[in-house]
Amino acid sequence: MITSDWLHPSLVLIAGTLVLPLLKGRAMQAWMVLLPLAVLGTLWMAQPGEHGQMAFLGMELVTGRVDELAMVFGWVFGTVLLIGAIYALHVNDRVQHVAAFLYGASALGVVFAGDLITLYVFWELMVITSVWLIWRRKTEVSFNAGFRYLVIHAVGGVVLLAGIILFQFETGTTRFEQIDVDGPAFWLILAAFMINAAVPPLHAWLTDAYPEATVTGAVFLSALTTKTAVYTLIRGYPGTEMLVWMGAAMTLYGVTFAMLSNDIRRLLAYHIVSQVGYMVTGVGLGTALALSGSASHAFTHILYKALLFMGAGAVIHMTGRSRLSELGGLYRYMPWTFVLYLIGGVSISAFPLFSGYVSKTMIVEAAAIDQRAVIWLMLVVASAGTFLSTTLKLPYKTWLGGDSGLQPREAPWNMLLAMGIAAALCFLIGIFPGMLYALLPGAVDFNAYTMSVFLKEMQVLLFTGLAFCLLLKYVGGGPKISLDVDWLYRRGGPRLVGAVGSAIITTDRAIRRTTLEHLARLTAHVEKKHGRDGKLAKSWPIGSMALWTAIVLAMLLTVGVYRG
Amino acid sequence: MKLARLIEYLISKRSVLAVLLLVSMAALVLVDIILPPAYTRFTWDAIGGFAAFFGFAACAALIFFSRFLGEKLLYRDEDYYDDHE
Repeated sequence: MITSDWLHPSLVLIAGTLVLPLLKGRAMQAWMVLLPLAVLGTLWMAQPGEHGQMAFLGMELVTGRVDELAMVFGWVFGTVLLIGAIYALHVNDRVQHVAAFLYGASALGVVFAGDLITLYVFWELMVITSVWLIWRRKTEVSFNAGFRYLVIHAVGGVVLLAGIILFQFETGTTRFEQIDVDGPAFWLILAAFMINAAVPPLHAWLTDAYPEATVTGAVFLSALTTKTAVYTLIRGYPGTEMLVWMGAAMTLYGVTFAMLSNDIRRLLAYHIVSQVGYMVTGVGLGTALALSGSASHAFTHILYKALLFMGAGAVIHMTGRSRLSELGGLYRYMPWTFVLYLIGGVSISAFPLFSGYVSKTMIVEAAAIDQRAVIWLMLVVASAGTFLSTTLKLPYKTWLGGDSGLQPREAPWNMLLAMGIAAALCFLIGIFPGMLYALLPGAVDFNAYTMSVFLKEMQVLLFTGLAFCLLLKYVGGGPKISLDVDWLYRRGGPRLVGAVGSAIITTDRAIRRTTLEHLARLTAHVEKKHGRDGKLAKSWPIGSMALWTAIVLAMLLTVGVYRG
Repeated sequence: MKLARLIEYLISKRSVLAVLLLVSMAALVLVDIILPPAYTRFTWDAIGGFAAFFGFAACAALIFFSRFLGEKLLYRDEDYYDDHE
């Protein structure tokens, strides 16, 4: 994995992480900041091309394929690792830090993997490292949620491996380019990618587990797993028609369920589903503009979503509460968290001058150029819904709204610093989108700051705001949870097993009972016919038996005498 | 806590801000009606203020639809999953 001109960023991160448990206090904190910086430095030095080839079971592995698409994701993963590490500086739990960095290393490993075997190894590593970011919350709820997360991803991993094996059989190669085979290999690999991209109905692992993760762990989770999946979809499945519709449906699914969420991080988790929907739509459209839109939206999304999760996490960290129905009036005590969160909010809502605007409008524009009227309308509804719940409802109910009586202190400096960096980047990308576009593969023929894009976006957003203000009293909510697909395996599955089990027991009982009844009847019948007092027994007096036996014997004797 | 005071000040002036916002919204729609559309890829591109109407309708629809979905089908008590796990 190392040559004179190539040092794998994952290797740097893994090696550095091995040192982490040996350090304490300030030294550990310094190391936590240095490590992501070292990763960014390694990326800076990476040369385009293929590196780190290895032979494995007669297959050639390419552990380091460096091209523009991989680098887009590499840069933003490195950046979010730095931000997440700063945000977690106050946490004195080495297991979490180690897990977070190894998780980051695995995500980078997927992105730079040039073949499907390498990709698969890092794909699985991501699962077993990231689950600790959920478990280290150390509650029973998070333990169970982590387990469900693990099981779903284990299934996804098996599906991926099966797909890769079939792919190797059919094409004789494991190189990871566009997956252009027909048959099960195509679908299995796609299904595995879609599980990690949280495409409904395969999404519930995300909205189930992320809200139960640790405050700092959720930041890494929100950034890495779904976006590596977006990367693999861009690489492997551009122009897959089905994804256009699934992505657009995803955007609406996410915003609708976000409206039903009372837990602030569950609300945000549904907006991961919704935002990834835009990217999946872009992948499905498959035009150069759409793919650029998906890649750049993944980039901006990681930063603003991390910012939103950090803001919500800061509230949970300082108040110990995560339900909208128990929060309110915090702006007096956590004003910086409030303002920084709002920057994330206007970024995800795609307000002009903020990052979401320069990436999301690109995907919407690509749909318009493709003349996809229904898709376009769906995406615009999702825009309204995104603004509605992330930037209006959540901040209103948390920082404004009714006074909850909570008087927390402001979040610690490191949390605010991390949020500040993320907010600055959201703003910077919004003002200078050229910097982001320059990273993308191919030239970007799109300008978000035209009158027509601006007018449409602003009208949608501001009139969404108007509707929110007028209809505030109709906005649902309250101390409730809402069911989702995870019901199937949390309740439906056990119920099904219970129902099948009791059905088996009753059937078994019935079969035994009827069999016994039949046997009893048969015995009774035999008894009646052949028993001591039976009809046939009447002709069986012992005397006549003896007589007949004697006759037969006598005949045999006679015959025997003759012969002799 | 200067920032808190600034926010407090803004909240106290919310009626002024609301008027400013409404005026700018009206201006947006007006500009959209007056300006000839840059392109008409969809029929509604030619209708000035369509995006404003659609944004409002979408928001209202989401509020009512999600609430309907919650109350008729999906809402459960918070301890719904507790006894099973």
